[in-house]
Amino acid sequence: MNWRGKALRFCEVSGLPILEPFVRLAAGEDPREQFIGIAKFVILPFVAIVAFVGMWSVAASKVVTDSAKLPSPTATLDAGKQLFAMHREQKKADQTKRLEKLSEAKALMIQAKQVELQASTATGVRREKLLANVAVLKTKAVQAANYQPTSAPTFIDQIFTSIKTVFFGFALATLIAVPLGVLCGMSPWFNAAMNPFIQLFKPVSPLAWLPLSFIVIMWYYTGTTGETWFQKSFLISATTVTMCSLWPTLVNTTLGVASVDKDYLNVARVLKLSWSQKLFKIILPASLPLMFAGMRISLGVGWMVLIAADMLAQNPGLGKFVWDEFQNGSSMTYARIAFSVIVIGVIGLLLDRLMICLRNLVSFGGPSPA
Amino acid sequence: MSIDSHYDQSTDQANKMTTAFKVQATRESPIQSVQPPIPIIEMRGVVKGYGSGVTRTEVLHNINLNIRQGEFLAVCGFSGSGKTTFMQLLAGLLLPDQGVILMEGEPIVGPGPDRGLVFQNYSLLPWLTVRGNIALSVDSVFSNWAKGERRDHVEKFIEMVGLSHAAHRRPHELSGGMRQRTSLARTLAMKPKVLLLDEPLSALDALTRAQLQDEILKIWEEERQTCVMITNDVDEAILVADRIVPLNPGPKASLGPTFAVDLQRPRNRAALNHNSTFKNLRRAVTNYLLAVRKKSRDDEAAHSNEPIIRLPDLQPVELRRYPKWIPT
Repeated sequence: MNWRGKALRFCEVSGLPILEPFVRLAAGEDPREQFIGIAKFVILPFVAIVAFVGMWSVAASKVVTDSAKLPSPTATLDAGKQLFAMHREQKKADQTKRLEKLSEAKALMIQAKQVELQASTATGVRREKLLANVAVLKTKAVQAANYQPTSAPTFIDQIFTSIKTVFFGFALATLIAVPLGVLCGMSPWFNAAMNPFIQLFKPVSPLAWLPLSFIVIMWYYTGTTGETWFQKSFLISATTVTMCSLWPTLVNTTLGVASVDKDYLNVARVLKLSWSQKLFKIILPASLPLMFAGMRISLGVGWMVLIAADMLAQNPGLGKFVWDEFQNGSSMTYARIAFSVIVIGVIGLLLDRLMICLRNLVSFGGPSPA
Repeated sequence: MSIDSHYDQSTDQANKMTTAFKVQATRESPIQSVQPPIPIIEMRGVVKGYGSGVTRTEVLHNINLNIRQGEFLAVCGFSGSGKTTFMQLLAGLLLPDQGVILMEGEPIVGPGPDRGLVFQNYSLLPWLTVRGNIALSVDSVFSNWAKGERRDHVEKFIEMVGLSHAAHRRPHELSGGMRQRTSLARTLAMKPKVLLLDEPLSALDALTRAQLQDEILKIWEEERQTCVMITNDVDEAILVADRIVPLNPGPKASLGPTFAVDLQRPRNRAALNHNSTFKNLRRAVTNYLLAVRKKSRDDEAAHSNEPIIRLPDLQPVELRRYPKWIPT
């Protein structure tokens, strides 16, 4: 394949038809036709966005109450810039603090070495005392070297916390849903047994799971003290995400496995493949496109649920940020909330695109950009 | 040429011709005299139906057939007469309700690589390349071979069907003819004792079809392995086969009389067009098939309880269209 074919395939698989007219233009195809494509995928959306921002500005000047007003686009942008600036400042402060602590640790270590040297020449009780001193100094040095700043998480930190949580919950859901779905798809009997649960729990509102997962996590951690592998709040959010993003993957995997082309199974029979060979060489590859379609829905649901769960349970993440801002009631509150709404949307979009890309990578013969 | 194109000219004489060719069909064929008749596959009183109780429909009824070692047998019939069921029985994907199918004296109890089936719709695995598809069957059938040996085997069959330039492509990037070649190579690479071709060319355009017929013929003439092909194309059957067995239209389809193809090999498509044996045989098979279909339809009509609807014998008075009269 030449570079043009490769680039077009990339556009197709990555779900970025926006780039396609540019590739074709660069390859020397009919420019008129490509300009239509550019108008459709680039200019039209741009015009729509500009129109939206315009309407937003008008609305912002109208929607005003005694205490607050709808933030204008510029205010939102400023709030965003400010949030990033705050993040940078905070990180800088943390970094200087950390460097200070590091040099402190070095000084302590040097001191400890000196005392150790003294101890090597000393004898008796004095020696014992000096050695004890060395131990204390060394512990202090290690503590200083391992210093972690305890400042409040910034907006950017919350973004990463949220992304980590959603991926953890989603990964857990996938680990549960895919094997279950494969079993359901392969055995109509198992499917019949699972069906009541799937039908019953699928429509449950995500947030109804929150208190239940709260109890389960609390029970799990009863009696444990000190450092735990995961933070409780992290686990509560993640399991809520898991409970909600389980179902689309489960249902789609079942469908995908159950609807594997009968001819492919006949191929397996003629070749006398063993059960595991049939599973890994025929059934799983054949059902991957539907499986990934399910996972895409799952991740989208998971992201939506996570924000709500964070708000409700006060777990660290973007939801908590929004809620805290709302409670704060500073002059910047609404602008910051509007900015985080946009960020939440952008991240959701990126996650969706990622899943589309993965799905396109595993579906041969019909990747679609939608 | 497909069966239906003969329909107009042949319905009248169909019955007459059938009786005439039944005589010819029972005649001793030259293949039989050259090779000892060792059946590699034997079908005895095979019955296959779907459903149970009142909803049961019998698709195949009392099928008796001996497939000889090394012959090319064509089973010719209309769509819907149970051709695919017939093939799946031979492949072992379906088991007969009554009767028995023996392969080298042993009853067939399931599918296996000794009967290589080329599927009607190719059924190539879309996530594997041409090479991957062929390698899958080679790796699972010859799992005891060394890795290099298996790889060479795969390459040999890719080359045999002329797909070396496309070995890295996936099925959706191939034309119909290339897909069928891949499917053929995949099956041939298993080194089956019997090659089963289930309407292998029916989804292809006429030109590709002719080309692939020649290729199948060429490959078969090199290997001379037993081959059963199902087709709805009488010309195709005569071109490739040693014997043609018509499948009477279903339900309750049974096999018709065997037509031996006394044509010299290697056969040349262009020369055959003027060969009188070819022409006679084509007429005979086609007329037989049309006659049995007519008979089956007549029988069906005679047994049906539905009222016969007579269409009124009307002639349009005038074909001119009047402008619509619009009330004012």
